Amino acid sequence: MFESILITIATAATPLLIASIGELVVERSGVLNLGVEGMMVMGAVTGFGVTLATGSPWLGIFAAIAVGALFSLLFGFLTLTLVTNQVATGLALTLLGLGLSGMLGEGFVGQPGIKLGNLYIPYLSDLPVIGRLIFGQDPVFYLSVLLTVAVAWFLFRTRAGLTLRSVGDNHGSAHALGINVIGIRYLAVMFGGACAGLAGAYLSLVYTPQWIENMTAGRGWIALALVVFASWRPWRVLAGAYLFGAVSIGQLHAQALGIGVPSQLLSSLPYLATIVVLVLISRNRRLTMVNTPASLGRPFVPDR
Amino acid sequence: MLSGTKIKMGGVVTATLETEGGNLLEVRGLTKIFGTLKACDNVDLTVGRGEIHALLGENGAGKSTLVKMLFGSLEPNAGEIRWNGQVERISSPGAARKLGIGMVFQHFSLFDALTAAENIALSLDDDTPIATIAAKAKALSYSYGLPLDPYSLVGDLSVGERQRIEIIRCLLQTPQLIILDEPTSVLTPQEADRLFETLERLRAEGKSILYISHRLEEVKRMCDRATVLRHGKVVGHCDPRKETASSLARMMVGNEVQAVVRDPVQGMDKAAALLEVRNLSRTPATPFSIPLRNINLSARAGEVIGIAGVAGNGQGEFFEAVSGEVLQHDAASVRIRGKDAGRLTISGRRLLGAAFVPEERLGHGAAPRMRLSENLLLSRHATDRKAFLGTGGTVQTRAIASAAQRIIEIMDVRKSAPDPEAAALSGGNLQKFIIGRELDRRPAVMVVNQPTWGVDAGAAARIRQALIELARSGSAVVIISQDLDELFEISDSIAVMHNGELSKPLPIAEATFEKVGLLMGGAEPGHVEPVTELA
Amino acid sequence: MRIELVKRPQHSALFSALSPFIALGLTLIAGAIMFSLLGKNPLEALYYYFVDPLTGLWDENNRWQLHELAVKAAPLILIAVGLSVCFLSNNWNIGAEGQFTIGAIVGSILPVMYPDLQSWIVLPLMLLMGMIGGAAYASVPAYLKARFNTNEILTSLMLVYVAQLFLDWLVRGPWRNPGGMNFPETRNFHEYAILPEVWSSSGRAHWGFVFALVAAVAAWFMLSRTLRGFEVKVLGQSPRAGRFAGFSASKMVFFAFIVSGALAGLAGISEVSGAIGQLRPTISPGYGFAAIIVAFLGRLNPLGIVAAGLILALSYLGGEAAQISIGVSDKVVRAFQGMILFFVLACDTLIHYRVRFVGAPAAKAAEVSQNV
Repeated sequence: MFESILITIATAATPLLIASIGELVVERSGVLNLGVEGMMVMGAVTGFGVTLATGSPWLGIFAAIAVGALFSLLFGFLTLTLVTNQVATGLALTLLGLGLSGMLGEGFVGQPGIKLGNLYIPYLSDLPVIGRLIFGQDPVFYLSVLLTVAVAWFLFRTRAGLTLRSVGDNHGSAHALGINVIGIRYLAVMFGGACAGLAGAYLSLVYTPQWIENMTAGRGWIALALVVFASWRPWRVLAGAYLFGAVSIGQLHAQALGIGVPSQLLSSLPYLATIVVLVLISRNRRLTMVNTPASLGRPFVPDR
Repeated sequence: MLSGTKIKMGGVVTATLETEGGNLLEVRGLTKIFGTLKACDNVDLTVGRGEIHALLGENGAGKSTLVKMLFGSLEPNAGEIRWNGQVERISSPGAARKLGIGMVFQHFSLFDALTAAENIALSLDDDTPIATIAAKAKALSYSYGLPLDPYSLVGDLSVGERQRIEIIRCLLQTPQLIILDEPTSVLTPQEADRLFETLERLRAEGKSILYISHRLEEVKRMCDRATVLRHGKVVGHCDPRKETASSLARMMVGNEVQAVVRDPVQGMDKAAALLEVRNLSRTPATPFSIPLRNINLSARAGEVIGIAGVAGNGQGEFFEAVSGEVLQHDAASVRIRGKDAGRLTISGRRLLGAAFVPEERLGHGAAPRMRLSENLLLSRHATDRKAFLGTGGTVQTRAIASAAQRIIEIMDVRKSAPDPEAAALSGGNLQKFIIGRELDRRPAVMVVNQPTWGVDAGAAARIRQALIELARSGSAVVIISQDLDELFEISDSIAVMHNGELSKPLPIAEATFEKVGLLMGGAEPGHVEPVTELA
Repeated sequence: MRIELVKRPQHSALFSALSPFIALGLTLIAGAIMFSLLGKNPLEALYYYFVDPLTGLWDENNRWQLHELAVKAAPLILIAVGLSVCFLSNNWNIGAEGQFTIGAIVGSILPVMYPDLQSWIVLPLMLLMGMIGGAAYASVPAYLKARFNTNEILTSLMLVYVAQLFLDWLVRGPWRNPGGMNFPETRNFHEYAILPEVWSSSGRAHWGFVFALVAAVAAWFMLSRTLRGFEVKVLGQSPRAGRFAGFSASKMVFFAFIVSGALAGLAGISEVSGAIGQLRPTISPGYGFAAIIVAFLGRLNPLGIVAAGLILALSYLGGEAAQISIGVSDKVVRAFQGMILFFVLACDTLIHYRVRFVGAPAAKAAEVSQNV
């Protein structure tokens, strides 16, 4: 029982973690993409549809990653090339994604999905308690942890990561030094889109292997909140994602147990928790000010 | 290298250049057009090896545009650049660095959230580990007498220290030509002296330096040759040592600069104090701002008080506190015309007769995307409520437009449309409007932060004269400025701000550059800072 | 080839006026392509979307369609007018859907909990309570932003989900119609709680549309003619200049959120009492989000928003018409609406910038050397 709860927490946390890590990289480059929800839901519908058509969840996942990245290019083109308002454009991406996915996925409603199988690491997965938990999960779970490690290493241990952070800190200075601000931001935005696409596919192929309209149910927004909560640090994103995974699984189990609290109140807990967490983290203005990438959300037009 | 230069002062200038093969940099016909403005128009420039070459010109003359093209940040519309005799197309700063051109920016191209070493690493185009860079930077910085901790966060450093990072970053690339854009505008006179020593040492090592400035004394003192720009065109090449400061100034400006007239004030002791600041303290509002420490100041009717100081020593915080953009706990810490104003908002303080002009024109003193008439309402909706607002808070557009027109005429604001957006004006013209907007009220107290920063000489002279006249007509004027020449020109006394503290004002008769400079560097009055011994 | 932006010295009045039309034109082209991909005749599809619902203009038998248009446009305009005040002052309230829901709930307290109170006073009280409910709900993110500097985008959005779950709980639980066969809905509102039609003889357009027009004109006057409107714009464009002017950013947060929350709440209760007649688990097809599109399509100008609201309402009606006549899913509508916002934002770039297409760098270098 306890073990299975922990496993489901990991399944609930994984899509949040992947989407947040992607957005973290985007925001570290100074771009605020509020379209995570839209890119995620596009990933979910693509992943489900391609899997349905080909029978291969892996193809579904790759297609979702590709669609997520392509879809984010729309946002990139508007905000980076046409210098539109990032907040409004991110909202537009979310609204477009929700609309398009509803349209594309209409035929998938009610279709049985195919679940991506788990990866049992021989011997280790037979260990008591932690065996299944750590060594018997789905492949994307491992990928999500790997992604966190890789992004942390990339941002703080490589020259390219330093360059990306510099662009997020002061795009004017970066441009003056000859750093290709817009090119780097395009890459970051596409990485964020790919991650959101993967996170969405995880929802429709692992978490609940089916297609339901608006099935992301605000997870893209929670992923955005997690980035703030984590003060733009990869390891804290991991902690935050698992905290939220625990809250959402906890309320599901509480609903199943029928503890006499209305299920709707329990369902609203993850959203209320997001607000509480945001308030707690942003109360400390000093801390947020030091951590926030200084160019975040600011328009940049290079002079040539 | 340079011969037969004939210069007619203040008018047409002819220059004949005889170039030898040994020139490091030759620029021919370089042109850069922004929209309809020719920022650089057919510019020629030659820099020889081992020389310090001055690029002179007033604000807006095209100096920064020219060097940005040399450094690959801007693409020229026409013209050619020869480097060691070869025509080169410098397409990016990376390409410039590869050729051996280094640049120290005026407004620094640094990253607050990164360490000094990381900042340096970003402009080195190879993959040297940060630790190696840090060690190299440290060694180099000490050898040039510019000590630097490579692991300190840039956001925590003073302006002078930031410039060191820029210079060290530049030197680590072992450039043959170093471009410095207005390097002394952020330094105390003593720090500037140290910089000149460094530059002279670099010249002795055979490096060339392109030195941009509008400070004539330092150019005369240090530079071997000078190229003068006016309105984007080269108006002459000369040997600054053979010129006088006023002949150089005439070349830059094109005509005689109107000297500011300042009659001495009399009976100052009896005049009423219109602005009093008493024991004003303030904790830092943001991680990168300076606390204010027990500031006292009293400005009397008729006088101009200058507040000198290196940028980032609390001037902005002081301005916010005095203007009421930030309130004080103690109502008596700011008094305007004898009334406690510390708890009043900026509108409340304006109603007491005070007027304020902040440092940043676009985005603080004026909303960039709003028309001049709307920007008039910005600072005067409270004081001129009767004239500008109707019943229910409706805006009286016609009254505001005619008041704006009056200010435009009095201050000679040049513009392209009848009521343009603030962002469409040049810096000097917008500043004239912003100052005029406040003068139009005849304020009893006027506090101005950087009145002529980035403003052309004609507009600057007009603004300074207007401020003096306001004081002489019975108002108290406080001017915060980094430009010591300006403060000595218009102030009756000068106080110095350093690290959030304000010195006692020195009467202008007793003030010297050296005294004020020492105070700017943090020395107590009367003390002489021991020269720091460097490893 | 690359695209370069050249800043205009002044914003272009021409493109300020034209950009929404260019955006609509581009949306139509993109829509035609989309319909072709779906295997439909694009012209026919566009006819059902944007012309068929308007036949009531000349055909008396279809007059009801114009009423439907007004019914759909009313909440969109009401909400979008409030959002324009928010967005102009740089407060990103995207939780209007939640404020709409809470407004509907609070406004419904009287007819649901006190059905015996039957008097003409009920309806005005309901409208007032709806506005108060929406405003109170909107002041939560406002308070969190002003007091703790919490990101209002995320908090206002999270509250949408909370409001919808709360409504769901009410209509399935305590407020469920006692005589309603266990359907998740409240009792039907009594006649004193129904917002009447404007011209009941020709169709069901209710007074909500009139409220929307009044709100739009009032907001337009406030924004363009008063000091308060000036304050909204200054604080939105340039917060430091606003502080220099003596305006308070945190008071503005409350003002903007309360105005938009009240209007969204009014939209909610008007929809429930004018168009639906009871509370159900779902009372809005996403008006609160579509209103964001309306606000931008109307260029954040309340009068423009009236036109934009009608256009979006048309797309809802057209979606229904197209579903019936040519079998295009009604889900296409939201994709359509999303595209409109994209094109609007892209076209707004033309207002402040000239767009230049620059050839390959090699060609440019050649051109430069020719000039020399």
